[in-house]
Amino acid sequence: MVKKSAERIYLALIFLFLYLPIAVLIILSFNNSKTRVQWGGFTLKWYKNLFSSGSIMEAFGTTLLISLTSALIATVLGTLAALGIDAMKKRNQAIMVGATNIPLLNADIVTGISMMLLFVRFTRLGMGTVLIAHITFNIPYVILNVLPKLKQSSRTTYEAALDLGATPVYAFFKIIWPQIRPGVFSGFLMAMTMSLDDFSVTYFTKGAGIHTLSTMIYTEMRKGIRPEMYALSTLLFLLALILLLFMNFGPSARREERDA
Amino acid sequence: MKIKKALCCLLICLAISWLFAGCGPKDSENTLTVLNYGKYLDPDAIEMFEEETGIKVELEEYVTPENMYTKYRAGAIDYDLICTSDYMVEKLIQEGEVLELDYSNIPLSENLDSTYFEFSKSFDPENKYAIPYFFGTVGILYNKDMVDESKVNSWNILWDQEYSGQIIMADSVRDSFMVALKLLGCSLNTTDDAQLKEAQDLLLKQKPLVYSYLVDEAQDEMISENAAMAVVYSGEAGYALEFNDKLAFSVPEEGSNMWIDSWFIPKSARHKENAEKFLNFLCREDISMMNFDYVYYATPNQKTRKALDLDLQENTTIFPPTETLNNCEVLKPLDDETTMKLNLLWKEVKAAD
Repeated sequence: MVKKSAERIYLALIFLFLYLPIAVLIILSFNNSKTRVQWGGFTLKWYKNLFSSGSIMEAFGTTLLISLTSALIATVLGTLAALGIDAMKKRNQAIMVGATNIPLLNADIVTGISMMLLFVRFTRLGMGTVLIAHITFNIPYVILNVLPKLKQSSRTTYEAALDLGATPVYAFFKIIWPQIRPGVFSGFLMAMTMSLDDFSVTYFTKGAGIHTLSTMIYTEMRKGIRPEMYALSTLLFLLALILLLFMNFGPSARREERDA
Repeated sequence: MKIKKALCCLLICLAISWLFAGCGPKDSENTLTVLNYGKYLDPDAIEMFEEETGIKVELEEYVTPENMYTKYRAGAIDYDLICTSDYMVEKLIQEGEVLELDYSNIPLSENLDSTYFEFSKSFDPENKYAIPYFFGTVGILYNKDMVDESKVNSWNILWDQEYSGQIIMADSVRDSFMVALKLLGCSLNTTDDAQLKEAQDLLLKQKPLVYSYLVDEAQDEMISENAAMAVVYSGEAGYALEFNDKLAFSVPEEGSNMWIDSWFIPKSARHKENAEKFLNFLCREDISMMNFDYVYYATPNQKTRKALDLDLQENTTIFPPTETLNNCEVLKPLDDETTMKLNLLWKEVKAAD
């Protein structure tokens, strides 16, 4: 009995520490006072200001554009890479997996600075350079998600399809693709999250006048963060929550459960 | 399936075209690349400038002067105009990185009070390079109910046992040593070992009384009345006063630090004329007023100041009086050796029990 309640308290504490900061942020987004230490009454004005503020919406748009595009391209490249790695010999596979893992473990700031040094040599910094940098650090996440699915999939079915006269492309989309699809999808989501989150790499590779949410919030630190940012973060949190609920309890999740 | 595939292809094509659209060089454009502190310029003013002149402004922002220095020195972006603090301007002038201003292109600089050009001479001796943008001091923000007001005219109050555990000290090397050095009657730019050591002893002595070492969070702690006094910048004090009537601000008689954030044109500038146009625009009364409302620090623009409400004009927290300023010193860049020494002394203070 004591053990049971101790377990419960421990769990409750963990959730408290995980979610209390987010709760505070959500509450502050409804605070009518500009300072975070006074409660000035309930208001929705920060949400209204948020949508009428050109600079925030522009940064938000840039962030979405970069994360979606980079995740998409990285998913295509990463999936192709995973297919290639899967077809290699054991030893080469180990080398390739190791090589793709290095950028994953590398500190963001090192990636950022080295990319900047490279870009400055050839081109002007701008949106394109941020995009290339994001694709680069996203690819390993996709490979990491797709490769295990490929390992699980059966090669013999694919070969049987070829024997029965299917073209390789046809056989790929009929046999391999359905088996690795969940991996590709989660790789895409993970790449997008990483790209949304990223500060260091973006900070070093972006050109003048381009802002993502993370770089924008960072520069606001000296004079205090605008409450509109609390509102935006609240909305982003809700979006992530809905997405998660949908993934876990939505129609496709139920179908997979049944299949399993 | 087919539709899905087609959609996929289309998306990829789109994505790739985006990628390359952003890549091309765009040198010849009529642009202006500005590097400024975060939230230090009203975005509406930039829009107005773009509409009036047809020049496209690309604004980059940074947090600390050191941050700015790294960004500028990395050379990845060619900045046309930079705003930063006094000592960093001086450092860059010494390194030969600053271009001379052509005042004939900035006729509206007349709007700026010449007093502040005099102060700027401490880092730009002939006023050749920099135009002041905002200025202020460092002082004590205190709670009138918790502090004896007759004592706040001296830094000594920060060593008063009576306020043990209620004092917020600045969490920055130069600012905290400034307080101790001024109390000792020394220059805040001293490089003398003995004086620095003496200042460190004072700070060590003060440590048991300190509630916390803070920078930006100090104003929040003061608004919520968690401490009796804090060492803050005048700009932050002006902000805090808006939220709590019990707060007041004082610059002690021993003197303090005066800071001047200024604009200058770096050597990397490719659009010097546009930069000067923008400087002229910033000196215009209406624009300077917009920026004052947005930033709420003391503006050197005398026309703007005269147009303010009388009680705001006379607000000594936001606009430190000239007598106070005469008593203040501007920070100078220290040589590497002194910087290291000072950082070490400060680390010892922070690490002490």
